[in-house]
Amino acid sequence: MKLLRRFLDKIKPSFEKGGKLSKFHSTFEGFETFLFVPKTVTTNGCHIRDSVDMKRTMSVVVLALVPCLLFGMWNVGYQHFLSTGETQTLFAIFLFGFLKVLPIILVSYAVGLGIEFAFAQVRGHEINEGFLVTGILIPLIMPVEVPLWMVALATAFAVIIGKEIFGGTGMNIWNPALLARAFVFFSYPTHISGDKVWIADGYSGATPLSNAAAGQLSDLPAVGDMFFGFIPGSIGETSKAAILLGAALLIFTRIGSWKIMFSGIVGTLAIGYLFKAIGGNSYMEIEPYYHLLMGGLAFGLVFMATDPVSSSQTETGKWIYGFLIGALVVVIRVFNPAYPEGAMLVILLMNTFAPLIDHYVVAANIRRRRNRVAHRAKQNKELVS
Amino acid sequence: MSQKEPLFSEKNIKLFTDPFNNSNPVTVLVLGICSALAVTVKLQPAIVMGLSVTVVTGFASYIISLLRNTIPNRIRIIVQLVVVASLVILVDQILKAYVYEVSKQLSVFVGLIITNCIIMGRIEAFALGNKPLPSLIDGLGNGAAYGMILVIVAFFRELLGSGTLFGFRIVPESFYVKAGGFYENNGMMVLPPAALILLGVIIWVHRSINKKLVEK
Repeated sequence: MKLLRRFLDKIKPSFEKGGKLSKFHSTFEGFETFLFVPKTVTTNGCHIRDSVDMKRTMSVVVLALVPCLLFGMWNVGYQHFLSTGETQTLFAIFLFGFLKVLPIILVSYAVGLGIEFAFAQVRGHEINEGFLVTGILIPLIMPVEVPLWMVALATAFAVIIGKEIFGGTGMNIWNPALLARAFVFFSYPTHISGDKVWIADGYSGATPLSNAAAGQLSDLPAVGDMFFGFIPGSIGETSKAAILLGAALLIFTRIGSWKIMFSGIVGTLAIGYLFKAIGGNSYMEIEPYYHLLMGGLAFGLVFMATDPVSSSQTETGKWIYGFLIGALVVVIRVFNPAYPEGAMLVILLMNTFAPLIDHYVVAANIRRRRNRVAHRAKQNKELVS
Repeated sequence: MSQKEPLFSEKNIKLFTDPFNNSNPVTVLVLGICSALAVTVKLQPAIVMGLSVTVVTGFASYIISLLRNTIPNRIRIIVQLVVVASLVILVDQILKAYVYEVSKQLSVFVGLIITNCIIMGRIEAFALGNKPLPSLIDGLGNGAAYGMILVIVAFFRELLGSGTLFGFRIVPESFYVKAGGFYENNGMMVLPPAALILLGVIIWVHRSINKKLVEK
């Protein structure tokens, strides 16, 4: 570690102003602050500082995603050998999935970071750390057999159109990872429509969502299988147990908002029970908690909806935002057979509405306080007279 | 008034070329977006549309400029509409007579040239206050600049969305997944949102080349 520090200190001057490599200052800084906590301190005025900066925040989110990632890799292998009928050792299953998933992760990181570095370089910004999380989220919400060039294209689209044109990390309206998925969804619908997910090597299997949408409710997997994730689906979304582990870490470190996750679950169950009470078609009558177990809703709620940039900023707004995500996902799944998986579209839609929700929450707060002041003033007047 | 201005004077050339850069009707003034989204799936209709709009804007500006001193100010919009509508009907009939297939593809959008904001914009902003010849040049320039943007958008949409240009195959059949290749057409490019994104990218590129357009 010391050695690395000394090496960085040695080459630092050439990246400073006037140095030989001053053009690449932002690249150097990106690497330096990734490895070490920045040394710059504020000198005047008083500042309240959090003990974690953005890079550490992102690292925690990546850590929270590790259970999903590891389980996802294993599940890829498991689903593959299930369809071929072979029995394999745990290690062989995992290795198969690992080799399938690794290229997607590498492509997503290489393309995304490449673009981020290029933009930071051209604009003379610091390199933003936002892509650390996006880069791992993109592979987790893709089907395994998605061609790599599509991943590259989708990542480039998400980073350039979704993030850089708005000004980089922290300025984006939509969650970039979901935007990447939406790009693939609308551009190459045969690869990723939410109902059929390619398991591996050309075997395609119906996901629980497609069974439900087709009305074959008796074909739904057992609740336990759906909870632990022994079902086909996008790489990271299948195991709710792994997602819960990640959620626990996010809530414990207060990086993800528990309000959004909780109100999302409430929204799903509320609309689910409402539909069950009304009845109508067989999809409306399934147990409401099935919606949380099927497809990408749980993953989206924990890792996408809680994105601090694109979600609601006000505390009351978070309740509304989360509730509507849960509620609308059920509505889209049940009523729109063209989109068996509604979670992605709903979260993007609510991202768009988040500033509006915030606006009205703030406006309501101002009105409430203004009324209070007016009321007090009236009381005081009465007291005086 | 005594000295006659030559046709290719500096001023007239500037009137024609300005819309291509500093005052582009689509990328700077953001007019005519609706039809830019609707007719740019393929190159051929985009070019026909661009030509039609060029002809209509040019002649509408010319005719209105001729009439400008006789039109009562309070009913000028209705007079402009009459002129534009007659021209559009002419264009529509010509398209139906000579390029029937394309006119079927353009369908309602030829008729909707009447409502194209570029035409009314040029008449109101230029033709009502200028002589006929400069008005004609200004109208033709704006129409052509609009057509240029349509062609750029349509080029990318047809190439990426269908793998063809003017209906000729550019991306070889053997590249496609069906034929054992790896490539697939981008389905989003055929949808209108892709045109909006492409227009945004064109505006981005335009503004990074021409720094004059960037607000302080």
